[in-house]
Amino acid sequence: MHQSSHRNFRFTLWAGIAIAALLAGCQTTQTTDKAPVEERTPSTGATTPGAGTAGTTGSAVTGTAAGTLGNPLRDPRNVLSKRSVYFDYDSYAVKDEYKPLIEAHAKYLQTTRTARMTIQGNADERGSREYNIALGQRRADTVKRMMLLYGATDTQIETVSFGKEKPKNSGHDEAAWTENRRDDVVYAGE
Amino acid sequence: MIRPPRFFAALVWIAALALALASTAPRAQLTIEIIGGGGTTVPIAIVPFAGEANYPYPLTGIVGADLARSGLFKLIDPAGVNPRPARADDVRFGEWTARGADAVVVGSVTPQADGRVEVRFFLLDAVKQTQLAGFSYVVAPSQFRPTAHKIADIIYEKLTGDAGVFSTRIAYIAKQGSRYELLVADSDGYNPQVIVTSNEPLLSPVWSPDGTRIAYVSLENKKPIIYVQSLATGQRQVLANFRGSNSAPAWAPDGSRLAVTLSRDGGSQLYLINADGSGVQRLMSSAAIDTEANFAPDGKSILFTSDRGGSPQIYRLTLGNGAVERMTFDGSYNVSPRHLPDGKGFVFVRRDGGRFNVAIEDFATRQVQVLTQGTIDESPSVAPNGKLILYASANGGRGILAAVSSDGRVKQRLTAAASDVREPAWGPLPK
Repeated sequence: MHQSSHRNFRFTLWAGIAIAALLAGCQTTQTTDKAPVEERTPSTGATTPGAGTAGTTGSAVTGTAAGTLGNPLRDPRNVLSKRSVYFDYDSYAVKDEYKPLIEAHAKYLQTTRTARMTIQGNADERGSREYNIALGQRRADTVKRMMLLYGATDTQIETVSFGKEKPKNSGHDEAAWTENRRDDVVYAGE
Repeated sequence: MIRPPRFFAALVWIAALALALASTAPRAQLTIEIIGGGGTTVPIAIVPFAGEANYPYPLTGIVGADLARSGLFKLIDPAGVNPRPARADDVRFGEWTARGADAVVVGSVTPQADGRVEVRFFLLDAVKQTQLAGFSYVVAPSQFRPTAHKIADIIYEKLTGDAGVFSTRIAYIAKQGSRYELLVADSDGYNPQVIVTSNEPLLSPVWSPDGTRIAYVSLENKKPIIYVQSLATGQRQVLANFRGSNSAPAWAPDGSRLAVTLSRDGGSQLYLINADGSGVQRLMSSAAIDTEANFAPDGKSILFTSDRGGSPQIYRLTLGNGAVERMTFDGSYNVSPRHLPDGKGFVFVRRDGGRFNVAIEDFATRQVQVLTQGTIDESPSVAPNGKLILYASANGGRGILAAVSSDGRVKQRLTAAASDVREPAWGPLPK
């Protein structure tokens, strides 16, 4: 491109003023200036609270014995209150330590056929936003597949991904990244 | 005679933005600085147009700022030339060659009876003593900025042989606290217009080939959903909201459909979808991640990212026969491919050690050149003339945009006060 010297300009000689081309020129200019982008601004999700940690900070836990005992999903002594599965960097392999948690949720779905859940996959901040959406999706899909093996049914589980867009820990170090490579299990209605 | 290259000439040249930073401007307005100089530059004198001082916008100042920002021009100070030439015939070439100028721009701004103004300009080769271009526009004074960009485009094209992109627009995402905005601005950062605001993340904006619509991904409904929004009316419609995640939109060159990544059938896979959301058609079936599609300019093939080989790499799918070919081999993480507009190569993001950088690969030679030196450079978007690549980077913990020329020499930094900016998308040439 420009390493060719400026002496090598294409000397197309535009002798005289190309008045003829001008009307077209100013038409275009006027179109440009109509600022065609400002008319309407959809405001979206204005009241949507963060969803990434739903279930772990449930406001329904009021401390009454009946409240916690009545809902196994919220009983801190029940494995069903545990909702997060963590992953290694660039990996969607589920570590053994999370298998009891995954199995418990699968069994809950199996025995509670009306229950529906979303598994939300997440990634740490390194790398492409879109590839991280796919990586988070893969992490969610992997856990879903295990739950299906343990007895849940396909229609009970939707898997989605937030990629690196909704980090639980906004830091930029290994500790933050470890926390952000994660699936969260969220039941419908939570 | 080729002037010696001045790599990373240290001049920090701030685009003349003082006037436009009125209090009404969104805080996500971009300020552009050049942080690295080019190689050969064309010395050009831009003489203030006769009569332009009667208007609030410095027309030749905008032209000069555009050209200087490109890194390919060196502005020669016209001060002291008396009388100032306003027409081609007025130019005494010796005066300009003596100052080192190879090209001279002169012109005039003349009020018309109807309130509009006639802007005339002439581009002259001072060495060959010939006229390279002469144009006149009759415009409202409010059209000075677009008129100046058009003049800069003509000068750029005459002197470099490549199309100018000063009249184009860019889209980007700004994040301020927990608020996300999708903005569209002129290529010099002026006139930022907020297109969408959301309290949930927005990402992956892409321009329709005719520049009338932008497709993007929003997490406002607790999952990635793709929307297409008209810039003229602001109206938007859902492009893809299937079970699972919907992301990575990419327009086909004819604007009739898009390639998208859907997980509705399990796994992130590539699909084609009509621009109105109808006619979903699966492109391929793989057990791996397939995402980040990008159409070749001729529409006949698609570059995409896949981990089918064990690590994320870039592949090319030929749409006619379904053939898939791996395009990147060096390194364990090569993602986000975008074609160059001439179809001869692509830019992408590669990870080397812990760093993410924008690189360019030539299809014919398979040669790769790393263009950037940041630690987290991502989301490249190529200017419609193929000469500049906008990308997202970080500076002092804040998201900024940056641009690099396709030969790696010219570098710009685009920052927005009080905002993280990311996800740049360069719009098409105006029709």
